[in-house]
Amino acid sequence: MTTPPRDEVVALSHAVTVLVAVAAGAGALALALATKDPVMSFHALLFFAFCAAAGYYVATNPRPGGAAEQDSYMDGPIKVATVAAVFWGVVGFLVGDIIAWQLAFPALNLDLPWTNFGRLRPVHTSAVIFAFGGNVLLATSLYVVQRTCRARIAGYWAPWFVVWGYQLFIVLAASGYVLGVTEGREYAEPEWYVDLWLTLVWVVYLLVFLGTLWKRSEPHIYVANWFFLAFIVTIAILHIVNNLAVPVSLLGTKSYSLFSGVQDAMTEWWYGHNAVGFFLTAGFLGIMYYFIPKRVERPVYSYRLSIVHFWSLIFLYIWAGPHHLHYTALPEWAQTLGMTFSIMLWMPSWGGMINGLMTLSGAWDKLRTDPVVRLLAVSVAFYGMSTFEGPLMSIKSVNSLSHYTDWTIGHVHSGALGWVGMVSFGAIYCLVPWLWKRRGLYSLRLVEWHFWIATLGIVLYISSMWVSGITQGLMWRAYDSLGFLKYSFVETVAAMHWPYVIRATGGLMFVLGGVLMAINVWRTIRGDVSVDMAEQPASAAAPELRGEASAVPAE
Amino acid sequence: MNHGIFEKNSLVLLIGILVVVAIGGIVEIAPLFLLNSTIEKVQGMRPYSPLELAGRDIYVREGCYNCHSQMIRSLRDEVERYGHYSLAAESMYDHPFQWGSKRTGPDLARVGGKYSDGWHVAHMHDPRSVVPESIMPGYPFLAERRLDYADIAGHLRALKLTGVPYSDEMIAKAEADLLAQVSPDSKEAKALLARYPKAQVRKFDGGQDTQPSELDALIAYLQMLGTLVDFAKFDAAGPNLR
Repeated sequence: MTTPPRDEVVALSHAVTVLVAVAAGAGALALALATKDPVMSFHALLFFAFCAAAGYYVATNPRPGGAAEQDSYMDGPIKVATVAAVFWGVVGFLVGDIIAWQLAFPALNLDLPWTNFGRLRPVHTSAVIFAFGGNVLLATSLYVVQRTCRARIAGYWAPWFVVWGYQLFIVLAASGYVLGVTEGREYAEPEWYVDLWLTLVWVVYLLVFLGTLWKRSEPHIYVANWFFLAFIVTIAILHIVNNLAVPVSLLGTKSYSLFSGVQDAMTEWWYGHNAVGFFLTAGFLGIMYYFIPKRVERPVYSYRLSIVHFWSLIFLYIWAGPHHLHYTALPEWAQTLGMTFSIMLWMPSWGGMINGLMTLSGAWDKLRTDPVVRLLAVSVAFYGMSTFEGPLMSIKSVNSLSHYTDWTIGHVHSGALGWVGMVSFGAIYCLVPWLWKRRGLYSLRLVEWHFWIATLGIVLYISSMWVSGITQGLMWRAYDSLGFLKYSFVETVAAMHWPYVIRATGGLMFVLGGVLMAINVWRTIRGDVSVDMAEQPASAAAPELRGEASAVPAE
Repeated sequence: MNHGIFEKNSLVLLIGILVVVAIGGIVEIAPLFLLNSTIEKVQGMRPYSPLELAGRDIYVREGCYNCHSQMIRSLRDEVERYGHYSLAAESMYDHPFQWGSKRTGPDLARVGGKYSDGWHVAHMHDPRSVVPESIMPGYPFLAERRLDYADIAGHLRALKLTGVPYSDEMIAKAEADLLAQVSPDSKEAKALLARYPKAQVRKFDGGQDTQPSELDALIAYLQMLGTLVDFAKFDAAGPNLR
């Protein structure tokens, strides 16, 4: 497609990659021997194994160079990220369901350090947000940017480094939590050295993405890429500023955050809310803007609405953080700003929802016939629902009831399971046949099962959390006729038992849906004969196999 | 305006994004480092003693913040249930802040002194032995583990770099102060109290070991939470500088 790299560049890229792997591996080995911190030693050895494997692979698989290297899209790293997303998704959902059962039956904590709720909850949140969501974003963004730019990904080893480096980040972070290594701020728990590693991986990701935009053979940058770019850049800023910290020792895991108290709280929720806004929203809107039009074979409903949606969403979202800190020691003007912008955010959110849903214009029948379209469309409906609920909960008087209760947990999961989860499932079901050059999924009926099990699970989850959250909020503020608080705290805990059982049951259904997806994806990749090919739409097949497909053998 | 400029130039798009997302954060965060209401000092606030700090590190390590807040909101029922609403100054030495976002268990901002050490020991060993309806995990291993304080001075030094006013003397005596807090009536304990007023000195876990356990540190931390500011004297409208 583009001019092939010169031979010197190829040789240099190869030599530098091997050298860096050797140097980093040697450094890791030295660190493992020097440190007295057992977790640091373990993590240094993991890092050494990563460098050794990477160095060995690069050394034994020299870069071919020449035109052959450039004549197709680069899908290898995308395949890795897709499989990783399915794997981490099931793991993350499962850990979430385990800790949900722990809340209903506390004996399940086993009273061991490694299995208590406090250590496992960050494993769950990081696994679903960063491991599952992050791999979905890596896979889809790198797929979409190549197709919409008609250019191969920039870099040869760099995209592989991004994908595998990101998996290493996940393993370091999660194993750290279980062993008690955490910075202690929600969704930003990884310790300083893991943060540094992620920063490196993320900057390379940004360069790979930008580099691909620079190579594009299309004059215009497609709307999905605006959202992906905003997501990558903003997450870089949020991650770096929020994780400023002073390590106790360069040989140890522990660090203290640079900011304290109210400044730390504001920075953390500026980060935390925009992890939602840019990681879980902007990035996944990029998915919506590519995969819905592609699957239903209709153009995006309104170009003008996409522009308004994009700029207003990214401008307004960044202000919303203080709604996590209503009635706290944060100054009231900041709380009011956070509330006001959260309410305004409702408009671009619904503008985006309308743009996504109306893309189905003229193809509404596909909701009935294609469960993948249904996953994508219902995800957008959940997006609309949770972006209505969010502004509602950001109103101070509502927040005084909802904050600190399960209502927040229910709200998060209507967005996370309903929007992020389902749009990801839809994208994965599209991507797998496209990437592995199949004519369709192994089974569209399994997708149908996945859809219904997951949807019912979500309904159980969020309705039980509404009940428990509002109940608990009302019990905390209830007074008896003499003007005393009516309930002790622990009475409000006891009242949560049955909602917790129902929630954990709903969560279990969502896990089962994930397992069905894993089976379906696995059998599609393996190339098993599809059980219901006749029911699958033309857009389910890899682009190369559409049309007179029967003449073209798979792979 | 022609949106094509953004669509045809990736760097213009990138700069556009950077400008648009920078505004909100700058407006909301930067003033917090300058405004009196967020940086004022309040009488009684002091850095954590070495043992309290070690306890706080255990609190963070075990992820207590996932279920317990340390931020009493200015709402009637909260003030009646937990005590005076939390002041910004009360978490000024908290790196990181532990305000929390969920109360699966009660707020702990003023838990200090509400329960006896013996209650905490039993509660940490098996929460349901003292609160039958509790859903908290048990932490029996804390009593069995000796506290690792080999690098406690390093912890104070790192915090000093972030702006916590630990003096050179406090850093030099960190290990001695940590041990002194579980050795009542000793000369070292007096020196500790001079450096850290209102520090509580006793063997918190009820054990015979002269070396502090992890449980000693955690209870020392829990028992001082919310006890530093004297709200009998505090006047929200008046000057509360030390």
